[in-house]
Amino acid sequence: MSELLTIRDLKIGATAYPPGEPPQWLEIVKGVSVTLEKGKVLGLIGESGAGKSTIGLAALAYGRGGVEISGGEVLVNDRDILQSRQKDLRSLRGGEVTYVAQSAAAAFNPARKLMDQVIEATLEHGRMSKSEAEARAVNLFRVLGLPDPETFGSRYPHQVSGGQLQRAMTAMALCPAPDLVVFDEPTTALDVTTQIEVLAAIKTAIRETGVAAIYITHDLAVVAQVSDHIMVLRHGETVEYGETDQIINSPREEYTRALVSVRKIQHVEKAPKGEPVLKVENITARYRGVPRDVLKDINVEVYPGQTLAVVGESGSGKSTLARVITGLLTPSDGQITFDGRTLSPAMPGRTRDDLRQVQMIYQMADTAMNPRQTVGTIIGRPLEFYFGLKGAAKRKRVAELLEKIELGDGFLDRYPAELSGGQKQRVCIARALAADPQLILCDEVTSALDPLVADGILKLLLELQAEENVAYLFITHDLATVKAIADSIAVMYQGEVVRYGPKTQVLSPPFDAYTDLLLSSVPEMELGWLEDVIEHRRMESAGN
Amino acid sequence: MMRVPIAAGLGLVITVAFFLAAIFAPLIAPYGMAEVVGDVWEPASDKFLLGTDNIGRDLLTRLIYGGRTTIFIAAAATLLSFLTGSILGFLAAVLGGWADQALSRFVDLMMAIPSLIFALVVLSVMPVTVGVLILVMGFLDSTRVFRLSRAVAVDITVMDFVEAAQLRGEGRNWIIFREILPNALSPLVSELGLRFIFMVLFISTLSFLGLGVQPPLADWGGIVKENKEGIVYGIPAALYPAVAIAALSISVNLVADWVLNRTTSLKGGRG
Repeated sequence: MSELLTIRDLKIGATAYPPGEPPQWLEIVKGVSVTLEKGKVLGLIGESGAGKSTIGLAALAYGRGGVEISGGEVLVNDRDILQSRQKDLRSLRGGEVTYVAQSAAAAFNPARKLMDQVIEATLEHGRMSKSEAEARAVNLFRVLGLPDPETFGSRYPHQVSGGQLQRAMTAMALCPAPDLVVFDEPTTALDVTTQIEVLAAIKTAIRETGVAAIYITHDLAVVAQVSDHIMVLRHGETVEYGETDQIINSPREEYTRALVSVRKIQHVEKAPKGEPVLKVENITARYRGVPRDVLKDINVEVYPGQTLAVVGESGSGKSTLARVITGLLTPSDGQITFDGRTLSPAMPGRTRDDLRQVQMIYQMADTAMNPRQTVGTIIGRPLEFYFGLKGAAKRKRVAELLEKIELGDGFLDRYPAELSGGQKQRVCIARALAADPQLILCDEVTSALDPLVADGILKLLLELQAEENVAYLFITHDLATVKAIADSIAVMYQGEVVRYGPKTQVLSPPFDAYTDLLLSSVPEMELGWLEDVIEHRRMESAGN
Repeated sequence: MMRVPIAAGLGLVITVAFFLAAIFAPLIAPYGMAEVVGDVWEPASDKFLLGTDNIGRDLLTRLIYGGRTTIFIAAAATLLSFLTGSILGFLAAVLGGWADQALSRFVDLMMAIPSLIFALVVLSVMPVTVGVLILVMGFLDSTRVFRLSRAVAVDITVMDFVEAAQLRGEGRNWIIFREILPNALSPLVSELGLRFIFMVLFISTLSFLGLGVQPPLADWGGIVKENKEGIVYGIPAALYPAVAIAALSISVNLVADWVLNRTTSLKGGRG
C-alpha cells in the first residue's frame, strides 16, 4: 500500500515566558508516529492540551503562534516537508494538503462572495482553470448538500447559516483536489442538530472524492462516525492507536475506556413531591429594541431537591429564561413564584434573602470569577455578605465548602488563573453553595469542559443535591447531560416549551417532530449510527 | 526578586532623583530661591554651576526650586483628575442609561473646548494661586481620565463575575472598588504616568504664557519665560529647564511602561 502521510517521532514544543522567571521550553508533542494511507481517515482525539491540533497543523509543516517543530519527520508523498523550502511549502499548503478550521465564521472574508473564496487556493496554485474550478465547486456544494448549489457561490458569508458556512469551508478545502485534508474540530461550534448534518456531508464528500483526512475532535462519538483509524492522545503522547471498531468496542488502555464510557451516569428520576420551590407561570419576555418575544408563555415548575433540565438549541430562549428567573430581565407578562411567595419581576425589587435563595452557575467559569480575587475571597464573600461570617468562622466554612467540592483548603489563596477548567467550575459551585440556596440555575455549566471533566462536575452536582436538598434548573443543549441528571425536562424551541414533563415521559415515544430531531442528533458511540439517523429523520433543524 | 529592565531602572533612578530634589530642595539648593547672588547671565563657573539667570539669581537653585513647584502642582493635579475622573467613569459604566448619557455628554462638551484656551479663560478671571491652578488643571484633565476609565469599566461590567456580584445583591461601592477597580488598574496606572507628564507640560505652558505660577516663585515654564531673551545672545539658561522637562517626561514614561507590563502579567491579570 502507498503511504500518503508518514509521521515519525514528531516532537513539537514552544517557549513559554513566565513572568519573573527565565524562559522555559515546553514540549507539546512528545514523539508521535503514525501513518495514513490514501483515501483513509484518521481520527485524532484527546482533551484540550493533548496536542491534537498541533499534530494536525504539522501535516502542513505549520506551527501556530510561536510553536516550533523540534524533531522527527513528516513525509507527505514520500517528501519530508519539514526540510522543504518555503517555496515548496507554499505549493503544499492549500494545494496538496488543505485545512478546515473550527470557526468558519471567522475564517471567511465577509466582503467577498463565497465562490471566489472557495476556488481561490485552487487558482492560486494553478491546479485548475477558473471554469473547471467553479464546476468542481458547484459539484462539491451538491455533494455537501448545500441549497441551490448552482447559485450558492454568489452569496456572501453573512447570508448563509453557520452550518452551511462550515460546509462551504469543506468545499474550499476539497476544491483543489488535495491528497489530504485536516479537519480541526469542524463541528464543535455547531448545534447538535446542525452538527450531524455537517458531519454527514463531510463524510459523503470524503467518500466521493476519495481524499485522505485527519479528523480532529474531542468527541469520541463524533470521530467514530467518520474515521477508519483512531489515535487517542494525552499530554502530547499516543495513548492508543487502532481501528475505529477496536477503539470503540474493545479499548485496551484505561484512559480510552474512560473516554468510551463517558456520559454513562445513571440517574433514577425522582417523582415530584411537596410544593414546587419555583413556579414559572405564563412568562412572556422580550429584549428592549427587539420586536418579537424571546419567551412565549412559559410554564414550568421545579420541585425541592430535584432537577429540571431545560433543553434546546442556541436561540431557543433557554438562557433568557434564567435571566427572567433571576430578575435581570423583566418579563412583559406572567409571574414567578418562589417557595410560595411571588418574586418581584425586577432584581432591584427583591430582598437579600430572595437573592440568596436563587444562585447561578455560569457556562464560562473563567469570566464568572474575578481574576484578581483569591478562591478564599470568591467563596468567602457570600458567607460574609449573607450570614455576616468573619475571620476564623468564615475561613472554617470556606474550608468545609472546598472539601465538599473535592478540593483541599490548599486552594484558599490561589487565583483563578492558577486553576484548571474543571477546578474553576468547582469553585463556582462552591460559591453558589456558600449562599445556602434552595435553587441553583446552571447555565450550560459543563459545555466548555472536556468530557471526562464534565462527567466529574455532573457527579459532584448530583452528590451535592442529595446532601443539601438543593433544586437545579439545568440549562443545556446536550441530551446526554440531561439523561444523566434530570428529574423532569422542558424542551424549548424558538421561545416556546414544546414538550414538558418527567424525564421518562419526555424521553419516550411518541415524540413530537422537534424532540425526535433533538434526540436523534446526539452522537452515539457505535459504528454506522450516522447513516441510520440521517435515513430516519423527520425534519431539518431550524438553524440549518 | 524581580528583575528591573535597564530602561525602566534608568527611568526609575532619574524619576526618584527628580522627586528627591523636589522634596529636599531647601537642603540641596546652594542659594536662596529668590536671592540675587551675581551678575545677569553669568556663565557657568565653580560658584554658579549652571550660571545665573536674567536678574542674577543662581540658575541651579532656580531649577531645583522650580522642579519642586512643577512636580508638586503636576502631581496634585494628576491625583485630583484621577480621583474624580475614574470614580465618575466607573459610576457612569455601572449606572448606565441616563446617568451615563448625562455624564458622557457633559464630558464631550468639555472636551470640545481646547483645554489650554479653557484654562486661560478661567485663570484670567480667577486669582492665580497654586490651589486654583491645581483645581483647574485637575478638573480639565479628569475628562480624559473619565473617558478611559469608563471605556475600561464598560468592558468589565459585562463580565459574568460582575453580574454574579449584582445578583448577590452587592452595593455599588463593592462593585466599583472590589470588582471593577482591581481589573482596571493596569491601564489606569500606565495612563497615570502619561497624564502626569501632560500635567508637567500643561503647567509649564501656563507659566510660560504668564498665567501659571507667579513670580517670584520659580517653576520650569517660568524659568524658560524669564530667560528666553538670552537665547538670542547664545545664553543657554532657557534650555536647562527644557532639558529637565524632557528628562522627567521620558523617565516617568519608562517607569509607567514597565509597571504596565508588570501588572498585566500578574497572576490572574487580564490583558
